[in-house]
Amino acid sequence: MLELKYSPLGDAAVRVSFGDSISTEVNRQIRSFCEVLKTAAPKGVIEWTPSYTAVTVFYEPLETTYHHLVSNLQNLFRKLEAFPTSKTRCVTVPVCYGGKFGPDLINVASHNNLTQEEVIEIHSKAKYMIHMLGFTPGFPYMGGMPKVISTPRLAVPRSSVPVGSVGIAGEQTGIYSLSTPGGWQIIGRTPLVLYDSNRTTPSLFEAGDYVQFCPIEKKEYEEIASLIEKQAYRLEYELIED
Amino acid sequence: MKTAIFHVKKSGLLTTIQDVGRVGYQQYGIVVSGAMDNFAHRIGNLLVGNDPTAATLEVTMMGPEIRVLDDTVIAITGADLSATIDGRAVRPWRSIYAKKGQTLAFGQPKHGVRAYIAVAGGINCNEVLGSKATYLKANMGGIDGREIRKGDILSCGEMNASHKKLSGRVLSPEIIPNYTSGKPFRVIVGPDHHAFTEKGLTTFFNEWYAITREVDRMGCRLSGTVIEHREEADILSDAITVGTIQVPASGQPIVLLADRQTSGGYTRIGTVITTDIPRLVQQMPGTKISFEKISVEKAQQLYRRQEKNMKLLKIATNTKLSKSLL
Repeated sequence: MLELKYSPLGDAAVRVSFGDSISTEVNRQIRSFCEVLKTAAPKGVIEWTPSYTAVTVFYEPLETTYHHLVSNLQNLFRKLEAFPTSKTRCVTVPVCYGGKFGPDLINVASHNNLTQEEVIEIHSKAKYMIHMLGFTPGFPYMGGMPKVISTPRLAVPRSSVPVGSVGIAGEQTGIYSLSTPGGWQIIGRTPLVLYDSNRTTPSLFEAGDYVQFCPIEKKEYEEIASLIEKQAYRLEYELIED
Repeated sequence: MKTAIFHVKKSGLLTTIQDVGRVGYQQYGIVVSGAMDNFAHRIGNLLVGNDPTAATLEVTMMGPEIRVLDDTVIAITGADLSATIDGRAVRPWRSIYAKKGQTLAFGQPKHGVRAYIAVAGGINCNEVLGSKATYLKANMGGIDGREIRKGDILSCGEMNASHKKLSGRVLSPEIIPNYTSGKPFRVIVGPDHHAFTEKGLTTFFNEWYAITREVDRMGCRLSGTVIEHREEADILSDAITVGTIQVPASGQPIVLLADRQTSGGYTRIGTVITTDIPRLVQQMPGTKISFEKISVEKAQQLYRRQEKNMKLLKIATNTKLSKSLL
């Protein structure tokens, strides 16, 4: 059993640490802890954000105190053992690689002495775990990219990266959830909409989901994009044990 | 019901629609935003008979010029940016009757950085995820997610009482915050205090740090004696909150404010307590500030006391004696 550490993050949040390094076990515990919070959040809890090794719980100090909440969270964690680890989603993310949508695929290939086809194969074969969402709404911080395709960021960031762009920065891969400036090597684009404030759940992903990329052609990209626009696209995912 | 209330003649430096923020979506990477000085924002609302959560205009340093389109009651709170109505000085922290055709303008900033224009009925605009707060970087909330500009017509909701009843309310002088007290800002240490040397922590709590020009709604860079790390200045990206002080490898602290991202990758030496945030966001660039350690228990006591006063004010504004000092 993991030993949890509690520390205040200011006077209205408590950080619950599950360990110091990234591991599947830590991630599983974090996911279960968030599941339990969903169903049995102690008094005063407003919201929480999971990260690589911790869950930060935001609360209203008019309704509880730091020490009271910590003791409630400790009790909650004791129940975690009995809580079944739920299966997790592995979401299929269609990506049109290279060309106009992925202008840096060629950089990633040459940097790693691979062909563009090999980069696509390696990138789309792995399953990536979403550890947390941020820095822009719905942006997934993903772990698990094979090192053989890692590539440093662009020396000069682009002033605008189109929404849906799939990129590589060092050993990370990510998907731009908004059009923002950015220095990631862009290898493709997905028609999926990662963030839409008009949806009931504005973010497509949740922390704890897995992602697997699926190479598609330009024509399929257009088809999926038009289905999404008509709200007729069904997200493909499978439930997996991790 | 919506009434066209303000016609923007000049935008000012940065004027945005704000409320108490977009709460509950941080796990999806959605930034909280909301008024930088939550205290001034809420008091403004109470003075004009609104719920504290109603939307106001947040004015930064150089205020806008606004033509009033219908008789209403407004209050200016927060920074003293020399507000005038038809050229006559408007005293802050009180509710005043503004007549159709009058012009609200601002002059030289006297003290503080951010003022709030509260209007009876609250500023109206579409809500995004339950909030009207403008978050410029993601074009969210407010008017199409942007700042107010020349030509905009702003509307407001329905007033909660008559003009007569709402105007002339004055905030009791002892509740008006003093932004230039020079008192240290109180900080709850951690959670990454172990990443600093003893010397680093001592430096942080003993030296003065200047507010630099690099300050916006997202955060404020400070400059002063380098805060020494043990080894690494970077952490695995993790949660931050309003007031969190990050120290990157440069050793120069950054305080995160209303538009902070939901997570950050630099060591967090501590977090400024909730009740000190309003005074912090009112400090001008160039001002030197200092920090003092406080326990989470003490900080929460101060917060409870502030909120108790806020509640009493709310009750006072709802009574018939509302004209007297609140």
